[in-house]
Amino acid sequence: MGDSDGSGSKSKAELDARFTDLYKAHLRDVYSYSYYRVGNHHDAEDLTEQTFLQAYRHFERALRESNGRPLRPWLIRIAHNLAANFYRDRSRKPESAIEDAGVISSVHTTESLVEGREELQQILAGVAQLPDDRREALIMRFALGMDNREIARALGRTDGATKVLLHRAIRQLEGIVAAPEETQG
Amino acid sequence: MTSGATELEALLREALAPVEPPADLAQRLELMLVNLTELAQDELESWELSAMRDPRNWVRPAAAAVIGTTAGTALVVLRVRARHRARKAGSGSLRELAERTLHDIAEETRRVLPDR
Repeated sequence: MGDSDGSGSKSKAELDARFTDLYKAHLRDVYSYSYYRVGNHHDAEDLTEQTFLQAYRHFERALRESNGRPLRPWLIRIAHNLAANFYRDRSRKPESAIEDAGVISSVHTTESLVEGREELQQILAGVAQLPDDRREALIMRFALGMDNREIARALGRTDGATKVLLHRAIRQLEGIVAAPEETQG
Repeated sequence: MTSGATELEALLREALAPVEPPADLAQRLELMLVNLTELAQDELESWELSAMRDPRNWVRPAAAAVIGTTAGTALVVLRVRARHRARKAGSGSLRELAERTLHDIAEETRRVLPDR
């Protein structure tokens, strides 16, 4: 009785410690992903909170099934699913991050970075026009620095399909960004 | 890869720079995690108490008590019955027989089930 209680508490403490490490390592990733998905800080905070809550509930199983692989794709996949529910429940489309930028640019460096840089604003507006899967792949690659394999795991696709997805996303974005110049020129 | 694509990727890196979470979000999340871990611990500790409060968990000890009592009672009945003939032979009346039987039952009960 005493032994089983001891080992149970120990493994629980270990799990909590590992979850804390995961949280510390990836809070910024989850927040960045959430922010670029929903386009405003208020909802991004909610989404981040919900993601870690959900992750905590299923952490033991995820650890068991990960076979030592990094858990970031799993975490981002949770955020991805929650974001999808978020739009479905509230029946709204993602806001452009740039719309929100002016309001709270003093809080975060990203907005101040983009502010006043027309070319970057144009890029963000172009990203917002992409289909969901292409936009998400670009967010994972450029905001989170995930490689093809990690993105593939987060999106539930093969490595090859993910490579094609990223390639097409960049090609489409090139077209979107170039289009206004061509029409203006 | 074309230079245009390379330039676009560089711009994407700048435009989609990681966003620092607000400090109060980090504090809120840490508090939530602390609460969750404490809650989980409390649940674990209170499980045994709640298990004892749940009547479904009494079945085994109650069954053990019932079995013990039944076995004891059966033993009393057997012993009382075994001496029935002797009591009947020694009793002058039905009332006397009844009194002797009751006395016998009380004696056997004290012997077999001393706590009762």
